[in-house]
Amino acid sequence: MTEALKSREAILTGAILVLIALISTRYPGFAAPGNLANVFNDTAPLILLALGQMIVILTKCIDLSVAANLALTGMVVAMLNTVAPGVPVIVILLIALALGALMGAINGILVWKLSIPPIVVTLGTMTIFRGIIFLISDGAWVNAHEMSAPFKDFPRHVILGLPTLSWIAIAAVLAFYVLTTRTALGRAFFAVGGNPHASVYTGINVGRTQFWAYVISGTLAGLTGYLWVARYAVAYVDIAGGFELDVVAACVIGGVSIAGGSGSVIGALLGAIFLGVVKNALPVVNISPFWQLAISGTAIIVAIAFNARASRVPGRVILKRAEHAA
Amino acid sequence: MSVTDRHIPDRLTTPAARVLKSWETLLLAVAVAIFIVNSLASPYFLNAWNLSDATFNFTEKAMIAFAMALLIIAGEIDLSVASIIALASTAMGAAAQVGAGPAVLVLIGLGVGLACGAFNAVLVTVMGLPSIVVTIGTMSLFRGISYIVLGDTAYGGYPPGFEYFGQGYVFWVFSFEFVLFAVLAVIYGVLLHKTNFGRAVYAIGNNATGAMFSGIRVQRVKFILFLLTGLMSGLAAVCLTSRLGSTRPSIGLGMELEVVTMVVLGGVNILGGSGSIPGVVIAAFVMGLVTFGLGLLNVPGIVMSIFIGLLLIGVIALPRLWSMARGK
Repeated sequence: MTEALKSREAILTGAILVLIALISTRYPGFAAPGNLANVFNDTAPLILLALGQMIVILTKCIDLSVAANLALTGMVVAMLNTVAPGVPVIVILLIALALGALMGAINGILVWKLSIPPIVVTLGTMTIFRGIIFLISDGAWVNAHEMSAPFKDFPRHVILGLPTLSWIAIAAVLAFYVLTTRTALGRAFFAVGGNPHASVYTGINVGRTQFWAYVISGTLAGLTGYLWVARYAVAYVDIAGGFELDVVAACVIGGVSIAGGSGSVIGALLGAIFLGVVKNALPVVNISPFWQLAISGTAIIVAIAFNARASRVPGRVILKRAEHAA
Repeated sequence: MSVTDRHIPDRLTTPAARVLKSWETLLLAVAVAIFIVNSLASPYFLNAWNLSDATFNFTEKAMIAFAMALLIIAGEIDLSVASIIALASTAMGAAAQVGAGPAVLVLIGLGVGLACGAFNAVLVTVMGLPSIVVTIGTMSLFRGISYIVLGDTAYGGYPPGFEYFGQGYVFWVFSFEFVLFAVLAVIYGVLLHKTNFGRAVYAIGNNATGAMFSGIRVQRVKFILFLLTGLMSGLAAVCLTSRLGSTRPSIGLGMELEVVTMVVLGGVNILGGSGSIPGVVIAAFVMGLVTFGLGLLNVPGIVMSIFIGLLLIGVIALPRLWSMARGK
């Protein structure tokens, strides 16, 4: 098990290095530390969301509402900033975290208390959250000149050579590493996805664990919402449209099993970095950014095919001919 | 108590009571109520031509919903339908640029739909991958190809005669799309409720392993269902492209949500195993009437999408809340 995961991470690291090497042959500056730091910073939102998504997928669920959650939280804090520019960034951060957690909790409650399939819940809340952005903003944009300087400066503020955004992603990776490997809740996420029935017998409340997974995913989406809006200094209805697909892609590429119960923080991180490198490489090697969507889609399909091959457990074949016929 | 006192009913409920208590009847009542509310709310609603226009709100989605209903009953799902529309429409647009006639365009649209369906089918049934993730992947891939081909441009210039599929009328107020919708409703109704294939679909949705051991070729049936869903998406692409007269890569964006909502609203269990085509037909009318009514009241499209999202969750949540409340 650990060996399989390790090899997956090794393969992915190798693939990322090969990719960077290939791009450097066309454009030598790409592999420069400064540029790689930029690529990492660019990928930080994807990393943050992929960590939350990983937890949700571990519990056999999926969260398609993360991008809409991000956009709604971003719009709310941006509008708050325009009407009350004096509100300190720490309060903005707390509001973003709370709002994101609330939206995650809505998903979680629907999955936990009403046992509605996760895909249906989050497909529904995805459109509802997006629609609410239109309702509160009336379709208008919040532009850079309407935001206060501290609001915009926070994610870009450089500490020890890296912007705060990058540091937040690094801190989140460390925190999630500890959460998944050193805490009871972290083990519960794996247990619930790996074998829900056995988890019940060991005293784990499956629904409540899934609820917490959604709250975590939502909280990260809320945090990323503020960081995104502040970094790009613009908020409108469609920001991060379709980003949920990239997030799912990052997890699947990182070896997080869509059937639940298997995956790792390092895998999700590498999956996100892989997509981030591809995304940043496209303009460098003169490929239109319109390729991005098809590349994400192909990556999802290739990765799940690869995962399924690696994790296929040969079952007991009782009626060999019948199984082949089916 | 003597033995003769015990009354053992032949059936638990009478057929009439079953029909009255069914989801479809409830839905029909909702449809009639919406119809009445709409005609009171807007003086323009009760007009044959207006109502005919209203059918365009659901005919294309309903075509896909019929096939999707069978797929969901069999325990699978296809989230790539809207992207298949985009890809099929892009292919038709490209063919129209080099002078293809209407008949060729229709064949291309249906062919691309079928090919996309086959691609999903191979990944799910041959490679054994979960349909939710496969179709999330192909949802990006199919639309992604449209973006690669079109970028921020659009195809127009469809040949004369091609507009019939989306804008033509068979007789009086009955549009080609509406007639197609009615014919497909009958075909899918017969297929699901009156054929061995339909029984197999239910059997697979209730217990795929059991179905396999009773001699049903589970993967083959699922393969056919993915093909049908692809084909219907291709057909919807023909109608939608013909109606709009142009193709952008964002065509039909988010339509998969409305199709799934229509199917679930029609009483199909999202976990598979039960549902009916008459239910989906009534759900199509309900959604068409609601969006048309909201349109007459000048409600913007994105607000309608909130409503559809609430509908999707509410339709599943309310019966569960109801049974939870009664259980206490």
